[in-house]
Amino acid sequence: MDKTVTLAHGAGGKQTNELIDQVFKKHFSNPDLTSDDAAVLSLDTEKIAFTTDGFIVSPQEFPGGNIGKLSICGTVNDLACMGARPRYLSCAFVIEEGYSMEKLERIASAMEKTAAEAGVRIVAGDTKVAGKGQVDGVFITTTGIGTLQEGVRTSGFSARPGDAIIVSGDIGRHGLTILLAREDLGIDAEVTSDCAPLWECVESMLGVTQDIHVIRDATRGGVGTVLYEIAEQSGVGILLDRAKIPVQESVQGVCGMLGLEPLYLACEGRLVVFAPRQYAEKLVEVLHTLKPSAQAAIIGEVTEDQPGRVVVTTEIGAQTLLPPPGGELLPRIC
Amino acid sequence: MIDRIMSKRDKQKAEELNEIRSYDGPPVRIMEVCGTHTHEIFKLGVRQILPPQVTLISGPGCPVCVTPVDYIDKAIYLALEKQVTICTFGDLVRVPGSQGSLANARAKGGKIQIVYSPLDAADYAVEHPEEEVVFLSVGFETTTPASCLAAKRAREAGISNFSLLVANKTMPSAYRALKDSVDVYLYPGHVNAIMGTDTCRELVQEGVSGVVAGFTAEDIIHAMATILKRYAQGEPFFENCYEQVVKPDGSPGARKLMERWMEACDTEWRGLGVIPGSGMRLKEEFRDMDAEIKFAVPKMQGSAPTACRCGEVLQGKCLPTECGLFGKACNPLHPVGACMVSGEGACSAYYNYGSR
Repeated sequence: MDKTVTLAHGAGGKQTNELIDQVFKKHFSNPDLTSDDAAVLSLDTEKIAFTTDGFIVSPQEFPGGNIGKLSICGTVNDLACMGARPRYLSCAFVIEEGYSMEKLERIASAMEKTAAEAGVRIVAGDTKVAGKGQVDGVFITTTGIGTLQEGVRTSGFSARPGDAIIVSGDIGRHGLTILLAREDLGIDAEVTSDCAPLWECVESMLGVTQDIHVIRDATRGGVGTVLYEIAEQSGVGILLDRAKIPVQESVQGVCGMLGLEPLYLACEGRLVVFAPRQYAEKLVEVLHTLKPSAQAAIIGEVTEDQPGRVVVTTEIGAQTLLPPPGGELLPRIC
Repeated sequence: MIDRIMSKRDKQKAEELNEIRSYDGPPVRIMEVCGTHTHEIFKLGVRQILPPQVTLISGPGCPVCVTPVDYIDKAIYLALEKQVTICTFGDLVRVPGSQGSLANARAKGGKIQIVYSPLDAADYAVEHPEEEVVFLSVGFETTTPASCLAAKRAREAGISNFSLLVANKTMPSAYRALKDSVDVYLYPGHVNAIMGTDTCRELVQEGVSGVVAGFTAEDIIHAMATILKRYAQGEPFFENCYEQVVKPDGSPGARKLMERWMEACDTEWRGLGVIPGSGMRLKEEFRDMDAEIKFAVPKMQGSAPTACRCGEVLQGKCLPTECGLFGKACNPLHPVGACMVSGEGACSAYYNYGSR
């Protein structure tokens, strides 16, 4: 097979079939993925959750994952946050002419592995090849269907005063990994992406109680942005305890050097959960038994006062506003 | 063992916090000179635990904030009229000049490259011999040596397409210029790590007290507690609370590098006006790398927005919240003045961390 992807691979002829057979079918093969124009599926439920997401990360491969793994995690985690068991995915590739076939295969292989972990099947797909310079490497869009668990109604509008706020692991690793891989900062830090599928974590929490008010995955914008969104949507205040927020030492160190706030760095495998206080310890306990959420912690609570604001109790016992999200992440200069 | 050390440190911190809270000495004005300190003090909420007679003033130590308007105008002129590639630290990109910022210039087709170190700018020039590259050299003693290194690297590489638009500043003259509105300086440890502590000791002779501090929560609490303890005793004082990093003679190597490449000059500080001898410029023999000379940049009449009170904020004469634009026309997404642009500026700190 060719070493790089060419425009001919996207032209619909023999070479397209070769690319599909040798890369995509090889890794995505399952009984629901056929050569027909659409997949025919049956679902044993009244309600489904349905979502889509595009992925354009650069570099496409980074410590802890690649764009393929990310494209599965992103969509299955959006489904999971609604309390929906991820079932089926479609994926559409836009590949830049000249892209390495070997890299593409690594991406497909990561998708296969992650889909298996997440318990979803890839049942439809599309491949386009764009001219050199028209896309940056490879863009992937995944669309997912999940079956909603009965009795579960999570929403960003449902946070209530008195709720405990849980984060399912240490924060900021994905964002920092990409920043360090992308920019030549001359910083050598051992940071890997937290990218992981999270349905298992959600399912185990629903085993404790179905009365979970909010579940969000803290992707772009990080945990801080999610908290501001929920404070706004639910019309409540949020009080965090700085000392309880799990941050890996190396992440903390680099953030200190660059003047970055870990709460605003992207995660790709972290949930922010709002649940009635009485379930909080039990929820953390079940999360601790699962690998992606072994560092889960209660980081704060929902308050009636200061609606729309996120306040942090600092390590000297003062309370300061978490700077609202906005603007580019600009490293400080001195 | 580690647990015991930690608990000892925690215990010391708790004791120092108590000392700060229960200070009953005379009124005192403390100026944190450095933007990084400003940021950390707000993040920790230090003001909330201070007794009412202790006033913290945010000083002029954010390099972006004190860079005058005409400097931005010159950089934009170079980008748009002379089509040079501007290499700059990210913070400067959104600082408003007389008419728009470098971000606006980029939208008009100017080539603006964000770098994290002056050396990256020199490397960029080496890799792009077809472009004229100008590095926007701003900052204090902490960043000036790196600018000199960049000039040195370009010279050693034998390239002629690299120059610097220099507006570097030195802190000692600013300490003297502001000493009447301050009782005690919280000196920035990284500046002293280069410059040593001679100036601080001289200032004690002039009646100005100060403490050198690091940047962690423990460092800042320790320094504040020290300041209040010593101030209550009544005599002018100096103490180095960051001895693990700051040596009395600083870093002779870095100073030697600066002395080799740069010399003192008068320079304008936004808000403070011209302070004699407080600026740095390339020495005569390196003037071919001075972008102002190389591109015959005309004199600019930089005009700051009239209602903006950044100037008074930088002198500690006005709180950010007392400016009519604060939080309304001027906010971090649409900054009017430089103090709102930089994450280290007093206005953005007041805005971002709440004003209480």
